[in-house]
Amino acid sequence: MSNDVLIFAEQRDDRLHAAVAQIATPARAVAGKLGGQLVACLVGDKLDQAAEALARTGVDRIVTVSDASLAMYSALRYRTALAAVAAKVAPRVLLMPATFMGRDLAPRVAARLRGALATDVIDLDVVEGALRVRRPLYNGKALCQVHFPADRLAIASVRPNTFPAAAAGGAAARESLAFVAGAGDERLSTREIVRTGGAVKDVTEADIIVSGGRALKSEENFKIIYELARELDAAVGASRAACDAGYQPHSRQVGLTGKTVTPKLYIACGISGAIQHLAGMRGSKVIVAVNTDAEAPLMKVADYAVVGDLFKVVPALTEEVRKLRH
Amino acid sequence: MKILVVIKQVPDSTTTIRVRPDAEDIERAGVKMVVNPFDEFAIELAVQLREKRQDVASITALTVGPAAAAEALRTVLAIGADDGIHLQDPAFDRLDELQTAALVAATVKDAGYDLILRGKQEIDLDSGQLGPALAELLDLPHVGAATRFELSADGKRFAANRRIEGADEVVEGSLPAVVTIEKGLVECRYPSLPNLMKAKKKPVRTVTAADVPGVSDIVGALGGTQVHRLEPPPQRPPGKVLKGEPAEMAAQLVRLLREEAKVV
Repeated sequence: MSNDVLIFAEQRDDRLHAAVAQIATPARAVAGKLGGQLVACLVGDKLDQAAEALARTGVDRIVTVSDASLAMYSALRYRTALAAVAAKVAPRVLLMPATFMGRDLAPRVAARLRGALATDVIDLDVVEGALRVRRPLYNGKALCQVHFPADRLAIASVRPNTFPAAAAGGAAARESLAFVAGAGDERLSTREIVRTGGAVKDVTEADIIVSGGRALKSEENFKIIYELARELDAAVGASRAACDAGYQPHSRQVGLTGKTVTPKLYIACGISGAIQHLAGMRGSKVIVAVNTDAEAPLMKVADYAVVGDLFKVVPALTEEVRKLRH
Repeated sequence: MKILVVIKQVPDSTTTIRVRPDAEDIERAGVKMVVNPFDEFAIELAVQLREKRQDVASITALTVGPAAAAEALRTVLAIGADDGIHLQDPAFDRLDELQTAALVAATVKDAGYDLILRGKQEIDLDSGQLGPALAELLDLPHVGAATRFELSADGKRFAANRRIEGADEVVEGSLPAVVTIEKGLVECRYPSLPNLMKAKKKPVRTVTAADVPGVSDIVGALGGTQVHRLEPPPQRPPGKVLKGEPAEMAAQLVRLLREEAKVV
């Protein structure tokens, strides 16, 4: 085992995932404490643009595994590729973004490499040569420390939007490793990727989210939420009650059984703030709540609680943001 | 076709989580325990497959947990599992998620399950490690966080969707396989009272460490993380309350978001 830190640099269609530059920040710090290099691994088909973007995050070395059969994600083929790079680099620590891909791949790779794993971590340190991290559990209702054993590969997936993106250097050494498919890797493949939710951003990829609750009363009325979201270049979210009532698809649901989000701004309109909803959005940097009920739970956790009728306040907000933009 | 559903008993999502004074765990006394909601989707899918198809021979539910976890097993037996496996031993309480996956893999590896179902994550540890890790240790393909799942007529292949950023991956593969379930794939039924009564008569096999040959080497080969120092999340400072005319509040809010919070 070297003292190096390996990061899995997720890409799709030769575009590096934004979370990769973010995890390069703690990865660099951990590599510094271990006295090792920062190595990044790119897996896919065409990887030139992703490799360039990756070099700008200041990694020391990039190992690419490029093959036509890796054009789309497959848990089996990507596991094989990443495990091969890990065998070559022999890192002490492997960091992955806690994205849809990272969450899916990390446990498989950890089991294959006989490592130890903590998911969705928000802080990383090295204590007596071993990785030590912090992560939320009980859906954000508590935080804990996770200690890793010092004698085996430590793997962590890192929560997106937790660290600032690294932007340094650009002179990474680049090498490639031929992809050798594992026996049985053909048992699973991605046929296609289908966009969902139309032209509006997904809640997991937006810096700003405008969310609506049951108080919107209908799918039709959600158009005022979409108008504000459009002005803010934001995603549209919804409470469970609004999704269960059919006002929005479940793919937009924020909360315990929906998606956990950590945007820089979360605007909750007509959402009272059931504990399950709070669990899904309390990691947001700034929270705005609009509600006629000043005592609603979400109004209590909001940084800015606007007491008023959302059908008047939201269009007024859209107008104000429009003024700002033009 | 033999289906295995791996479930976990967790604190109910509405429970107030309090950290114990020694910070090594949460207060467990008086906490209502339930079947992990995502695992309920998994048993529901298994039961729906049996209702739709002729070839589902058995549905087995498995859990790793203390004696009290038997109640969670009873719930899924009432929903429709035929029999249960309860991995219960003080030695199992200290295992982390990867080690638990290794334990489950060692227990079921020769049982010939065609489809292994699990929720996409547990709402206590929020880790989601067990499903994909179990698939790896059993050398099976897996689909994580599936929002659609269909079996071919001959029961040899599957098609599934899994959610990614603003899109769905459309995935195909062959059985045997592990699938973890995302919300929205199925709607859960509640077990009826007669079925709860019947569930009491369904067989549950208890498996201890002594029943798993070489268990300490198996779980000792990977994982080994330890959870310490639990604490409540940091309190947010009290917010500002805006009252008045909608247009005035809107203007004030946008100014605050721009100048104070610096987020727009």
